[in-house]
Amino acid sequence: MTTDTGWFEGVDPDDLDARDAIENGTAESPAAWPDRAVESGFAEDEDDYYDKLREATIETAREAVAERERADDQQLVHAVRAMDDCERTANELAERVAEWGGSRISETGGGVAFAREIADREPDSDLDEQLRALAEQVVSLDERATELRTSIERFAPEVAPNLASMAGPVLAARLIALSGGLKQLARSTSGTVQVLGAEDALFAHLRGNAPSPKHGVIYTHEYVRGTDPDHRGSAARALAGKLTLAARVDYYSGERRPELEAELDDRIETIRTRGESE
Amino acid sequence: MSLPEGVQRRSFDGQESLATRGPQVSEEPIVDGWRRWDPDRSKVGAMFEHGLDHGLDGGERVLYLGAASGTTASHVADFAGPTYAVEFAPRPTRDLIEVAADRERLFPLLKDARKPETYAHVVEPVEVVIQDVATRGQAEVALANRQFLERDGRLLMAIKARSEDVTADPEAVFEDVCETLESSYEILDRARLEPYHDDHLGLIATPRQ
Ligand SMILES: C[S@@+](CC[C@H](N)C(=O)[O-])C[C@H]1O[C@@H](n2cnc3c(N)ncnc32)[C@H](O)[C@@H]1O
Repeated sequence: MTTDTGWFEGVDPDDLDARDAIENGTAESPAAWPDRAVESGFAEDEDDYYDKLREATIETAREAVAERERADDQQLVHAVRAMDDCERTANELAERVAEWGGSRISETGGGVAFAREIADREPDSDLDEQLRALAEQVVSLDERATELRTSIERFAPEVAPNLASMAGPVLAARLIALSGGLKQLARSTSGTVQVLGAEDALFAHLRGNAPSPKHGVIYTHEYVRGTDPDHRGSAARALAGKLTLAARVDYYSGERRPELEAELDDRIETIRTRGESE
Repeated sequence: MSLPEGVQRRSFDGQESLATRGPQVSEEPIVDGWRRWDPDRSKVGAMFEHGLDHGLDGGERVLYLGAASGTTASHVADFAGPTYAVEFAPRPTRDLIEVAADRERLFPLLKDARKPETYAHVVEPVEVVIQDVATRGQAEVALANRQFLERDGRLLMAIKARSEDVTADPEAVFEDVCETLESSYEILDRARLEPYHDDHLGLIATPRQ
């Protein structure tokens, strides 16, 4: 006889608010729970017990899944920040490698490509080896960034399917990161989303010494960048509006709504052809 | 090898296939109320196709580890008794819940199969444990869950070689896993699951007393 208690002990059979019991309860070993539940009066008979167990496990799993999925947005935030860190650090170190490399060998160049060349060279002195090893670090940081990007491309559509499809996975992840989470993004106004990532420019504007920014990171989206400068403001506004909607659908329902994207496509088409002005 | 009651070979478009009776789960064909059970998508289906000595009659209580979106768990729940389905990834569990909602005795549990103490307060002793976790440490999962198996109970286990070691020879991986299992299980039957599943071993075992 164990001293373990079943999930149902302490649960009101008429109300079946059992999530805490099922999720957080433990037992050292299994026991004939259906019999125990009937003996203790929790269930009338075995069938009644299984009916109750069914309701309790399905309800608990539903809530637990929703909660866990919501927490996944933070994983995406970490991944995109790590990717940016890797890229930034790789570029910074690549500059050092280029400067140093230029002083030791005849060829010059820059960026990760040049670092890759240096990393492949046979070193012929101690300092040469230092330089080569540094270049290797650049290359491996760059590879790390690429792999993080691949993971983000796979993961973002799971976290925010509509947003990822409309913005592209990496921009979707950036928007989530800049707002602090999918929930915060879903609660943002479209005006805020439009300038996310342009906070410096926005504050300068608010201090009265700059024009108001027309776009933040959404600039990287083809619908903004690929629209001629006169109409970029309208394009940015239209894009931000739909992205905000997409984030809301993703946060509140999780359902796929491809028509949002189709509406955006139409809108951008109109802005670009009719040359709608600001 | 005979099939458990509730599993039959039925004809679908002139082709014989395993089938069970229950609500449709995805787009599998249904003829006269029997749903096609595709061995290419199910390791238990492949074990039946290979005639492994499963020892199931139908109606047993089952603990299913690694239920994913419930493709196989749905067929199992169709012919078995109360079926406890453990899965630890939220995304597939979302589908599993819908499969469970269509059935009377399939209980979804969002739990980690490496931590049986987190569901032993819900799961009763069972006659059958089915394991398809495709993760490193498959033998350890089977050992940790042995406590749920009744005397003479059956473990039906799919072992994926690449989950243990991508580079090693699959046969070597299977030997390792079996050796670990043998500390507390007696292996009754085993077979590779090709052509349905590459580099997978299907195995039937019973707890040592
Ligand atoms: C190969 S799939 C199972 C497919 C399923 N049995 C079917 O035939 O329909 C393996 C599943 O095991 C799950 N899994 C892996 N490790 C697990 C663990 N420790 N606890 C619970 N589930 C686990 C994975 O999330 C994945 O969904």
